[in-house]
Amino acid sequence: MMETLLLSRIQFAANISFHILFPTITIALGWVLLFFKIRYSQTGQERWMEAYRFWVKIFALSFAMGVVSGITMSFQFGTNWPGFMEKVGNIAGPLLAYEIMTAFFLEAVFLGIMLFGFRRVPNWVHTGATFLVAFGTLMSTFWIIVLNSWMHTPQGFEMRDGVAHATDWFAIIFNPSMPYRFAHMVLASFLTVSFLIAGVSAFRWLIGGRTEGVRVALKTAVFTAALLMPVQIFVGDMHGLNTKEFQPAKVAAMEGHWETSGNVPLILFALPDQEARENRFEIGIPNLASFILTHEWDGVVKGLNDFVAEDGTVLHPRVAPVFWSFRVMIGTGVAMLLLSWVASFMMLRRKRGVEGLPKPLLYALVGMSFSGWIATLAGWYTTEIGRQPWLVQGVMTTAEAVADVPAPMVLSTLISYLIVYGLLLTAYIYVIFYLARKMSRGEDIGTSIAPAPAAAPNAIPAE
Amino acid sequence: MNTFGDPTIWLPFVFAGLMGLSILIYVVLDGFDLGVGVLFPFADDAEKDRMIATIGPFWDANETWLVLAVGLLLVAFPAAHGTILTALYLPVAIMLVGLILRGVAFEFRAKAPAPHKHLWNNAFFAGSLMTSLSQGFMLGMYIMGLEWTLVHAAFSLLTAVFLTVGYSFIGATWVIHKTDAGLQRKAVGWAKGGIWGLVLGIALVSMATPLVSTRIFEKWFSWPEALLLSPLPILSALLVFGLWSMLRRMPFMNDRLSWLPFAAASMLWVMAFVGMAYSFYPYVVPEKLTIYEAASAPESLFIILIGTLFVLPTILAYTVLAYTVFRGKATELRYD
Repeated sequence: MMETLLLSRIQFAANISFHILFPTITIALGWVLLFFKIRYSQTGQERWMEAYRFWVKIFALSFAMGVVSGITMSFQFGTNWPGFMEKVGNIAGPLLAYEIMTAFFLEAVFLGIMLFGFRRVPNWVHTGATFLVAFGTLMSTFWIIVLNSWMHTPQGFEMRDGVAHATDWFAIIFNPSMPYRFAHMVLASFLTVSFLIAGVSAFRWLIGGRTEGVRVALKTAVFTAALLMPVQIFVGDMHGLNTKEFQPAKVAAMEGHWETSGNVPLILFALPDQEARENRFEIGIPNLASFILTHEWDGVVKGLNDFVAEDGTVLHPRVAPVFWSFRVMIGTGVAMLLLSWVASFMMLRRKRGVEGLPKPLLYALVGMSFSGWIATLAGWYTTEIGRQPWLVQGVMTTAEAVADVPAPMVLSTLISYLIVYGLLLTAYIYVIFYLARKMSRGEDIGTSIAPAPAAAPNAIPAE
Repeated sequence: MNTFGDPTIWLPFVFAGLMGLSILIYVVLDGFDLGVGVLFPFADDAEKDRMIATIGPFWDANETWLVLAVGLLLVAFPAAHGTILTALYLPVAIMLVGLILRGVAFEFRAKAPAPHKHLWNNAFFAGSLMTSLSQGFMLGMYIMGLEWTLVHAAFSLLTAVFLTVGYSFIGATWVIHKTDAGLQRKAVGWAKGGIWGLVLGIALVSMATPLVSTRIFEKWFSWPEALLLSPLPILSALLVFGLWSMLRRMPFMNDRLSWLPFAAASMLWVMAFVGMAYSFYPYVVPEKLTIYEAASAPESLFIILIGTLFVLPTILAYTVLAYTVFRGKATELRYD
């Protein structure tokens, strides 16, 4: 059973990690596309439409990847985690239902018009479809984040006969961690997209595709990143404080903080040793963690040892994965901040624009194309592994929810998912840069999917 | 909340109806998408492109009905969701991999370098085939009461093949409607070849279903209940006969009635589905768990229902809009 639990967790983690990559792109890219489209409608300048046409293809590709991997998730609740819906289905159910209904359909139905309808519908309908797709994606995010946040900070329910029943939907939806997590995720998406657009545009610029469309996309992306990075750091800090209040064990694991005390150092490097319950090779800045978490230099922070029951049951997550993924997220974030600020400064200096960017900086932008993915995944690992051993904090553990499927069966499906996901991710990244190269050579990628049919003229209806 | 009587009775009933409706719409709409994929090896490269163009703007929304159906099972009947999906662990996993391959192949085959295109064509076919077969297998297992025995597995393999051929049939009728000239004539041939899969499949399921459960046997063959059910086989037979005689003479002059085979095929699916729904009601897990036992708390169902009543008509309106915008023969899909 232990093996099934671990394998099921790895399988779910693999699926949801693969899945979140693509919504992270589509959530914000929808709005960026709307921005391009509105600028085009306002100015009539072709460059905005050029940017739109390129990025709408990446959007379509990401959207398809997101949809197919999202379907996998909705089945895995049943195949691997039946206990979850049986216990908290009365609360998770309506939230998931609203996610599916209001959002999924809004996106999927209007996507056709957004992608292929530019010549078939009036301009305002096309802009409207773009808006509805972007809005649908955001609503989708909202409901999923509501459910996820409720699992971290459950409110507004009571347990009757071992099953959760909703008592206050307002408290369930606006649970304490929801606003922070929602803002943090939406900003993460905008930053991921900014760096992707900046990276791919820099790539196109470097290989000679110096069109007006590349120029506006690169500028839009770098300035957006530079503006949003500090906001994200602020929101992230607020989110951390919220976590400290509601899930202190998670914060203790993030900080690698074992014994409750004041004057807690901010640990930069350490190897947390779960068995010895201490850190090895610790390097830290004195008192800084106390200051960040309590805003006082000698503030007391709860340690991990407070989350061990009398009988020795550990009620906190494994420390090393949480500790390290948190540091990966912060490290990537700092790199993103520096790069976006330096790039913005170079572009603003003497108003040189994209020409002001030296080659090494363009290469750095290309290298950081997927930095948003790394930071986002690391952040999700921090918060999700940080909730263990709980599935719904204080209500049910992950072990209670797992299906009694034989371990070898889970292993075989896990391996096949991993192979498929590995191949698809490679193909996805390859195709993005392939399209970028093709565009830079001046080849048309406007028409796609199918060539004109060799049809009798009278068979084609008048448009 | 008590306006319509006991909410623990009518709410599960309404949700079972909504879930059934979603499954039915899914089977018809994604059925033709999957069928087009299954027919891929029979088409040449230019025809493949056109076949993709007939489903390009729709498949995404079509597949979403599956998400809604499973979603409703998940949120409205959580106990059944776990039981059914745990029992179907492997076919579900195969279907998911198939859906992934099929879905992404749409995008990749259009965007990847030309030499890779045939790889993605193969992925599109393989994904469609895996999805169809595993759905047919699950249908068989469901009818057999979700118990893994050799006989049940053999029966499910048969339903897997028949459902796949059935999908290819409705896929062919869709291609008849959305294309012309050579490909249309070819599709008429495919439809003639595929209709037997559907007929045999319906016959097999109809023979097996009452034999598995005496309860269903009673429902079918006792008087006067048999009278209730009798329009189904009669109408189905008429539809099959009409389809067959029409397909033999298609395509008609000036592309007249090219929509009719698809419409008739959809009706045939509706008949088969209504028959199954009638047989299995009130069970959601065959002979084990009724919709009333498996349902979520009425308060939660009510909350979901409010949203559904706003959203479902809107979704239907959107769907009609999308099909109107992309009506007529499939032409080149342009992103601009």
